[in-house]
Amino acid sequence: MLGYYVDLAVRSLKRSPGLTALMILAIAFGVAASMTSYSVFRAVSGDPIPWKSAHLYVPQIDMWGQKGHRDGSSNNDPPDAMDYLDAIALMRDHRAKYQSAMYAISPSIVPPDASKHPINVGGHAVYSEFFPMTDAPFKYGSGWSSAEDTQRAAVVVLNGEINQKLFGGGNSVGKTVNIDGKDYRVVGVLDNWSPKPVFFDVVNTGGFTTGHEDVFIPFLRAIDIGMPNNGNTNCSEIPKSSGFVGLQQSTCVWISFMVELDDKAAAAAYREYLDGYARDQKQAGRFSWAPNNRLRDLHEWLDSEHVVPSDTQISLVVALGLLVVCLVNTAGLLLAKFLRRSSEIGVRRALGAPRMAIYTQFLIEAAIVGLTGGVLGLLLTWIGIHSVSWVLPKEIASLARLDIGLLLLTLLVAVVATMLAGLYPTFRASRVQPALQLKSN
Amino acid sequence: MQIQPILAALRRHKAGTILIALQIALTLAIVCNALFIINQRLSHLSEQSGVDEPNLFVIRNMWGEQYSTQQAVQHIEEDVAALRQVPGVQDVSAVNNYPFGPSTWDNFITMKPDQLSPTTDASFYTGDENFVRTLGLKLIAGRDFRADEIQDKGLRDSIVPAVAIISKAMADKLYPNGDALGKTFYAMTSSPITIVGIVDVLHRQDVSSWSASYLGESMITPIRIAMPWGLTYVVRAKPGQLEEAMHAAPKALFAENRMRMIDPKDGLLSFAEVRHRAFEKDRGMAILMGIICVVLLAITGAGIVGLTSFWVGQRRRQIGVRRALGATHRDILHYFMTENLLISLGGVAIGVLLTFGLNLWLVTRFTLNLLPVTYVLAGIVILLLLGQGAVLAPALRASRVPPIEATRPA
Repeated sequence: MLGYYVDLAVRSLKRSPGLTALMILAIAFGVAASMTSYSVFRAVSGDPIPWKSAHLYVPQIDMWGQKGHRDGSSNNDPPDAMDYLDAIALMRDHRAKYQSAMYAISPSIVPPDASKHPINVGGHAVYSEFFPMTDAPFKYGSGWSSAEDTQRAAVVVLNGEINQKLFGGGNSVGKTVNIDGKDYRVVGVLDNWSPKPVFFDVVNTGGFTTGHEDVFIPFLRAIDIGMPNNGNTNCSEIPKSSGFVGLQQSTCVWISFMVELDDKAAAAAYREYLDGYARDQKQAGRFSWAPNNRLRDLHEWLDSEHVVPSDTQISLVVALGLLVVCLVNTAGLLLAKFLRRSSEIGVRRALGAPRMAIYTQFLIEAAIVGLTGGVLGLLLTWIGIHSVSWVLPKEIASLARLDIGLLLLTLLVAVVATMLAGLYPTFRASRVQPALQLKSN
Repeated sequence: MQIQPILAALRRHKAGTILIALQIALTLAIVCNALFIINQRLSHLSEQSGVDEPNLFVIRNMWGEQYSTQQAVQHIEEDVAALRQVPGVQDVSAVNNYPFGPSTWDNFITMKPDQLSPTTDASFYTGDENFVRTLGLKLIAGRDFRADEIQDKGLRDSIVPAVAIISKAMADKLYPNGDALGKTFYAMTSSPITIVGIVDVLHRQDVSSWSASYLGESMITPIRIAMPWGLTYVVRAKPGQLEEAMHAAPKALFAENRMRMIDPKDGLLSFAEVRHRAFEKDRGMAILMGIICVVLLAITGAGIVGLTSFWVGQRRRQIGVRRALGATHRDILHYFMTENLLISLGGVAIGVLLTFGLNLWLVTRFTLNLLPVTYVLAGIVILLLLGQGAVLAPALRASRVPPIEATRPA
């Protein structure tokens, strides 16, 4: 019976090719626009570390008080980064399972081959616990030890790409790299680690950037040798004294901070600790306001930092609107098409076909339109995803991909949506009164 | 034209009528908001920089090693001298950043040192005595910096400039009476800064939406930035010699000192490229919204053609009867045109509500601006015309139905 209905549907669709083409095109465009936008949205709103994101938290401390809200913003949020004093205090207290202060660096690497120009690289100064906390995948070696943190050891973890450039991709653990004129021992090589968004430091990267994380060096060492911060520096007032030391003594925020906490209880305890810390600072006379801290988990943090660009969200909404219009359009056309065949339905009903049979017949017709539209839409989605780089910034466009999941979803959306659009027309068709139709002929 | 019979006929096609009206309503809502977004982005794109764009290029120069402030100053002077020697180069200035630049440096501005809520926020440029001349800014009041005013600033040196040249937009914000010259302000500084010059236009360094209310508010301080890692040179080429100068400049720098890095991707950019890159996102969004509008209008138009064609086909016999009873071609044509107009009017009526609903949602969720009524009016006109245009072909076909159809069985 199914085969027969398919045959009927194809015949019916062939009878009015223009209209059929219109419905298929509408579905295809609607689905392609939504799926292309969705692929971009999915890429930027994805969880960069799904197995652990619930355990990663970003603490915020209010070290600015009244001065921090001079921009007139209504929310009472503390700064989204940390100053040196508080970051170091939190590291020293060491209350979380893992924790790391970090800041963006952009040193230059001088290749051993004197004929080559120095290379400017990107990276972060971090603590040893950064690597187990972020589950950074090592290809060779490992991170450095906490002893090396305090010794301010000249060690470096390279990422895959820079290791390829400097050492041809081989195991370079133990070899030496010249960074800003000083020698560093390679202790580990990461396996082309490039989480999107760059969740451990969205303040300085905005989440998506064309920059690379090439090198990681111990935080305290970077501070000791005065390696400058390549990220944002936000101040509520101009530092009182000059230089890097002046920055360290100021309340300017330029350090990102992340902690790993095993469960809710640990998070609550850490929150308690932060408030206690702020109270201590108040007692010591540093803060003159009540504790105003935040401890957001990674999801809340990415959300509060608006990591998903609003353009991406607006595009998705508009594209979904386009899909809805296409479906309303298809529903109207299917309605007209089905009701035109009232006499045919009348005959079938008079000959004993139950309503269910009429339902099946017309829903199959809708599904065929949906499937064809879906296949065409898939093609358009493919074209769309390959041409988003024309309209979107590179760092975001390059993330959009067409994979099996999206492929199936595209077809599914097309078929289900078209069948939904066909539901009312089919209902109307099944209500056709056989007697009336037979009489009027 | 009698509307009563048309309404009666529409009542027999309730579902179809509602679907078309709904489609028109949704289309109106999306097209109005998309057009508004397009227009906002395009006006953003055409913001003036105030600099001599056709003849400027920038070199983002990084030293291969970390220099002390003294070393950096010496290298900057050597570099500037080398760049001046390049044929085709008219002027060079060592700067912290330039309009539409890659990063942003801005300070809150207050009129008193202890003022809690700032008067405004200004983009903070540092420049030497060549800055105004090199960028081609138009000094409309006061004077340029003197060479003896320029201070060198190393990394995080706390230098409070005594004087500044500010943009007219900032001057108007601080002193609305137009008497800013010679007056003072504070830029998160402990001591006041005196306004010695005013330039007509100097765009901020950033093009982000948060600074929209501070558009064009910039200040230039007589500071030469001597960071340990490098700096940016803005170079002005002699008219028509931009390409030659851009080609020769990096070579001259490398010949002078090999220990430097100029990123092959974005180390050397003409100002046209700077502008192109800064507004890439906005241009993309405008194109995207444009494509969606076109597809949307095309589908809605085609949908109206399709459905009306069906109705015409369905009503051939009735049309025949009307023709046989004396209705002219014109009467039939008008019938379908009016029918469509009624449906469209119903559609845009719902559509106006949807339009403002969608806009309100975008305003609260994404801090977009409120939609001006003109866009809605334009949208209504577009959709009514689209409907009339789409219905024309099927209506003409209907008007050609011969009266003889009345005698044929359906």
